[in-house]
Amino acid sequence: MSGVPWGETKLIQGNEAVALGALAAGIDFFAGYPITPSTEIAEILAREMPIVGKKWIQMEDEIASISAIIGGSLAGGRSMTATSGPGFSLMQEGLGYACMTEVPLVLVNVMRAGPSTGLPTQVAQGDVMQARWGTHGDHPAIVIAPADAEECFRLTIRAFNLAESFRTPVILMPDEVIGHMREKLTFPNEGDLCVTPPSAPDVPIEWYEHYHSSATGVSPMARFGTGYRFHVTGLTHDPHGFPTRRVDEVVSKMNRLKQKITRRLDMLEDNMIHDVEKSRVVVFCYGSVYRSALAAQQILAKQRKKIGIFRPVTIWPFPDRTVKELLDDKDVILVPELNQGQIIHEVERLTSDSVRVVPLHRYDGYEITPEQIVAAVQEVM
Amino acid sequence: MPTRLPYAYRYLRAKKKFPHVWCPGCGIGIVMGSIIRAIDSLGWELDEILMVSGIGCTSRMPVYVDFNTLHTTHGRALAFGTGAKMANPDLKVLAVMGDGDSMAIGGNHMIHACRRNMDITAIIVNNNNYGMTGGQFSPTTPQGAKTATTPYGMIEPDFDVCKLTEAAGANFVARGTVYHVIELDGLIKKGLSGNGFRVVEVLSPCPTNFGRANRQGDAVKMMELLRDNTVNAAQAAKLPPEKLEGKIVRGVFVNSDKTGYIERYQKLCDRVSSEVAE
Repeated sequence: MSGVPWGETKLIQGNEAVALGALAAGIDFFAGYPITPSTEIAEILAREMPIVGKKWIQMEDEIASISAIIGGSLAGGRSMTATSGPGFSLMQEGLGYACMTEVPLVLVNVMRAGPSTGLPTQVAQGDVMQARWGTHGDHPAIVIAPADAEECFRLTIRAFNLAESFRTPVILMPDEVIGHMREKLTFPNEGDLCVTPPSAPDVPIEWYEHYHSSATGVSPMARFGTGYRFHVTGLTHDPHGFPTRRVDEVVSKMNRLKQKITRRLDMLEDNMIHDVEKSRVVVFCYGSVYRSALAAQQILAKQRKKIGIFRPVTIWPFPDRTVKELLDDKDVILVPELNQGQIIHEVERLTSDSVRVVPLHRYDGYEITPEQIVAAVQEVM
Repeated sequence: MPTRLPYAYRYLRAKKKFPHVWCPGCGIGIVMGSIIRAIDSLGWELDEILMVSGIGCTSRMPVYVDFNTLHTTHGRALAFGTGAKMANPDLKVLAVMGDGDSMAIGGNHMIHACRRNMDITAIIVNNNNYGMTGGQFSPTTPQGAKTATTPYGMIEPDFDVCKLTEAAGANFVARGTVYHVIELDGLIKKGLSGNGFRVVEVLSPCPTNFGRANRQGDAVKMMELLRDNTVNAAQAAKLPPEKLEGKIVRGVFVNSDKTGYIERYQKLCDRVSSEVAE
């Protein structure tokens, strides 16, 4: 196979779909380091990118990988890396730098079981809070969790688009089941995709501010070597990018980092909601668990038991408003997760004491089955 | 004939970003001067240069020069620079780092940039300690030396920056000092012109921390130590071994023309794209 099989139907793996999504989005630069279960993404791009003259490199570790793609994004265009738990931990340094310096990039973290080396070939959803708060300091986070091969393709493109629109790193987090599962995927036709090109400033060089404060909080970014000479630093900086400790400039920078996300939450929010309004019991889930929840819903329907499903596709920023609006009057919210309880605390935070929020944990390296969800629902109904 | 503006106005963010952070007697400003003179003599445009740095005293340099400038995280200058160079091979990428930045936390990136022969010039300002954090020992602190974290003397052997980068595969390796500044201008110019990974180590005094902890005297005295404790390679070749004892050799140690990474990657792209086309 060479390139994106536009318009064709293929049996395809989640990780392959991510790699092809990156090609479809027009990826310019990839830097990575081998790690299970994400390696197929790097391998496919190593094969495909040189053919079309795009830049690919295997770095000496994950810190170098994310550092390289930040440099690549600042000097070129659309940049991506792919990793898993241990590598994701190493990348927190670069992730924070990219948040602070507002550099668009896509980081794919195919979630495996931890902590530490854990179960390298097996599934977990243990990195959900790390993706939100893993790097030090207050920082924006956009995190997307696909649940099938089609989404791996489509949401990779969306991740590149959001990274450009918000000028910030976007984390795509399929879990290991999604990354390695093969299923049918019909690719769109080439013209049917919406791809946001890398931004370029629309002002004369002498007017350019690298961190201009626009209505959205985001301004078009110049790239190195295009005549807009600017300074980039991880130190807290003024609108031109130079280090500052002036209180007004520090506060303005920190506010803008937060507000560029909160001002356009609608653009980020992406939920899949099934029968929530008419159900007293709702399953709140994401990633591969969503598929088990859909199967459980069918099994329960045969037993004349009705459940709703609420699935955030964008898990960060968390869909606070929608969760409060739709779930605060329920009897029970079951939160099945492949960890010892992470997203469940967000659901608890947003619901009243009258709502029973019930966990269903699995952290032995295997997926949550529909039967487990059925049993848990039967227990609470 | 038009008046030529002083360097300050063309290469420095002179009116905006000074005074600088470096201590009185620090050598880093001299290195910056050498870099600017080397670039001026090469006639490079400001727009085509990317100066990238890590964290530390030396790594504050990019703020003061009017190139494309990128001040990154500790030790990662070469990793960021690698990405920038690959994404835009037209950029002339110059990495400025200290000894702790390049040899300790960034040591792995350093040896792999050498091995790849990535087309970047690394200027390593070696002042034998971590200056910015108050004078702790670094991988280039000599044995026996006192620092904030070796109050009883350094017991670890030190790295020789030039031997390390030579062994790792760099195309160009040289050493100068901030005392021998005309020689340094020339070394940096050679370091900037050519392909592949190119290293210039610059010995520089840190009177505030290393000098004080080791009773080496004031800034002038430390400059005299650079004068007295180093010999250039031509002189060294003529000296008997007993006279070379304890001396550090200056000069060019490696000057080779192996193909750099960027050219090899471009050739790979050309080959595979033509194979696919056939």
